[in-house]
Amino acid sequence: MKTNRAVRTPGGLSVRLDVRALAVTLLLLTVALTASVVLIGTGDFPIPAADVVRTLLGEGDAGQEFIVNELRLPRVLVGLLVGASLGLGGALFQAISRNPLGSPDVLGLGQGATAGALTVIVLFSGSANQVALGALAGGLVTGFAIYVLAWKRGVHGYRLVLVGIGVSAIVTAVNGYLLTKSDIVDAARAVVWMTGSLDGRDWDQVWPLLALCAVLVPLVLANSRGLKMMEMGDDVSYALGVRVERVRLLLMLSAVLLTASATAAAGPVSFVALTAPQLARRLTRSPGPNLVASLCMGAALLVSADWISQRVFGAGQLPVGVVTGVLGGVYLLWLLVTERRAGRI
Amino acid sequence: MLVESPPEQRAETVPAPPNRRAIRVVGLLVSVVILVLVALASIAVGAKELSLEQVWHGLFHASGTFGDVVVADRLSRTVLGLLAGAALGLAGAVLQALTRNPLADPGLLGLNAGASAAVVTAITFFGVTSLSGYVWFAFFGAAAVGALVWFLGGSRGATPVRLVLAGTAISAALFGYLQAIMILDDAALGRMRFWTVGSLASGSDEAIKQVVPFLLAGSLLALALARPLNAMAMGDDTAKALGADLNRTRALSMLAATVLCGAATAACGPIMFVGLMVPHVVRSFTGPDLRWILPYAAILSPVLLLGADVLGRIVARPAELQVGVVTALLGGPVFIFLVRRRRTAQL
Repeated sequence: MKTNRAVRTPGGLSVRLDVRALAVTLLLLTVALTASVVLIGTGDFPIPAADVVRTLLGEGDAGQEFIVNELRLPRVLVGLLVGASLGLGGALFQAISRNPLGSPDVLGLGQGATAGALTVIVLFSGSANQVALGALAGGLVTGFAIYVLAWKRGVHGYRLVLVGIGVSAIVTAVNGYLLTKSDIVDAARAVVWMTGSLDGRDWDQVWPLLALCAVLVPLVLANSRGLKMMEMGDDVSYALGVRVERVRLLLMLSAVLLTASATAAAGPVSFVALTAPQLARRLTRSPGPNLVASLCMGAALLVSADWISQRVFGAGQLPVGVVTGVLGGVYLLWLLVTERRAGRI
Repeated sequence: MLVESPPEQRAETVPAPPNRRAIRVVGLLVSVVILVLVALASIAVGAKELSLEQVWHGLFHASGTFGDVVVADRLSRTVLGLLAGAALGLAGAVLQALTRNPLADPGLLGLNAGASAAVVTAITFFGVTSLSGYVWFAFFGAAAVGALVWFLGGSRGATPVRLVLAGTAISAALFGYLQAIMILDDAALGRMRFWTVGSLASGSDEAIKQVVPFLLAGSLLALALARPLNAMAMGDDTAKALGADLNRTRALSMLAATVLCGAATAACGPIMFVGLMVPHVVRSFTGPDLRWILPYAAILSPVLLLGADVLGRIVARPAELQVGVVTALLGGPVFIFLVRRRRTAQL
């Protein structure tokens, strides 16, 4: 199969389509939506998939409508949006640092957001919304700090990753301290938050996240050409007309915002940002950052992981972050082994 | 003030001139004096301030006064800090020499995380409660992760960056495991949240007695490895030509680092960056000779650890900042500084 195909319109416009990437993206989107429907149907009060779809289209009975629209739909939407933001943010970070390990998990953004949230939980016993704001602020400050500290006539891959590891270690220590300062009730709440969970998410979390995605996703995609050029190296892309440092700053800011707001909504769900772009790249087999495919992959991964956590451990037992953590950890080891064999790390 | 040329080029081919050696010996004595002063401060400073007189009374003429009880309590904590600090410093110096890696640190390479995960497993699933029981788990965890990092980092072809990445990745995975356990088991959370920060407050005579044999054995082994590691600093081929047994040296170095990290972690929880910072500081005035670096590291690392502990008690009085938090707050910036230096950035 020819993977690239040019589509020409009579008006003289033409666009090059990567058929495989398009097919994979559509497939992932289907998986994400199917998993969402199944997830809405899962719980103490199971609803068949057909009824879920009917209710979502506005033709269900009153009881099902309440359960679906008020209780389970917002949770699933938060899952989809968080997964998508993490997938996209991870793809951006990995493309910018040119390193499969340069994801927000390793760089310490998740830890930074956690520090913000823990500060609110432990020192102020704040409400859920205040915790989310704290997490957002923590993530942004950490992202800014990493960028500034890694800056030295431009930001480069390994320095970004290593500085991120250093910042991450400092913030982890702060988190540990905050955790010991708290009483056991706050500590338990904090630990659940730190693992990443979709329990009890409602429309209040959906709207801000949706608004942010609506602004940032088009912005990022509009700049993806520049990002693709930058994979050839700063000098080449500069010669090709990309304002390297400006594009990098803009995309990094978007990635930090996406990751921090996703973390604010669901806690630092580990490893989605790391694995989604890698898996997407392997499926599409195309070079370049694969932004859209990573986005769909992240959404599909997170919703599927939440379904697994509900089915395997029962509702409300183990938060989704544990499932992604275990799956992601195993995947990470495998990634390290194969990358080593290929001599790429 | 940091060494400008790579260690390979400055390895000792001629014995140091006598006056330089004298300076180093004097430096070592000065370090010991500093160590004694910090140890005294560690006994005197805290929620209840003690005068030097009271400390003296408690140490040598204990008669059961309130001050004496405080001294006895803080003494065991101080001894633990001395032992654990020396262990972490030696382990860091040995790992840096073994991997020829300026960024090697037991915490960054994941040894601490391995020991933590193993200890948590022991506490939660095997019901082990005593330090002497889970110190073996700590060894096993540290050794397993050490081997894994070495393998994933590229064994012979390991570069500093690869090793740190492999260590961080494994630490991240193990951290997820720790969190899952802490969520499922409230009792484990109650104990673990203090242990995972890294603190000397758990120091008791009992704990010290249990880890002392391991720490002493590991320290002696590390000190004995100075010569072969010096040879290895010149590159594998030269070292072989000089008669060093490379594989034996590598294996013994890993063993020493594992025993030291495992025992220190079992006793006071994962403490990062001590093993990273001290050897760097030491190298700036001893040069690359491990026969000097190791003793200096063994003396100055406890200075850093106890100093951090005292600082933690002063800053957050009357409560305290755990020593693991203080060392991370001090060591993180040092790590970032090392990464930003041009020579390291090129690695």
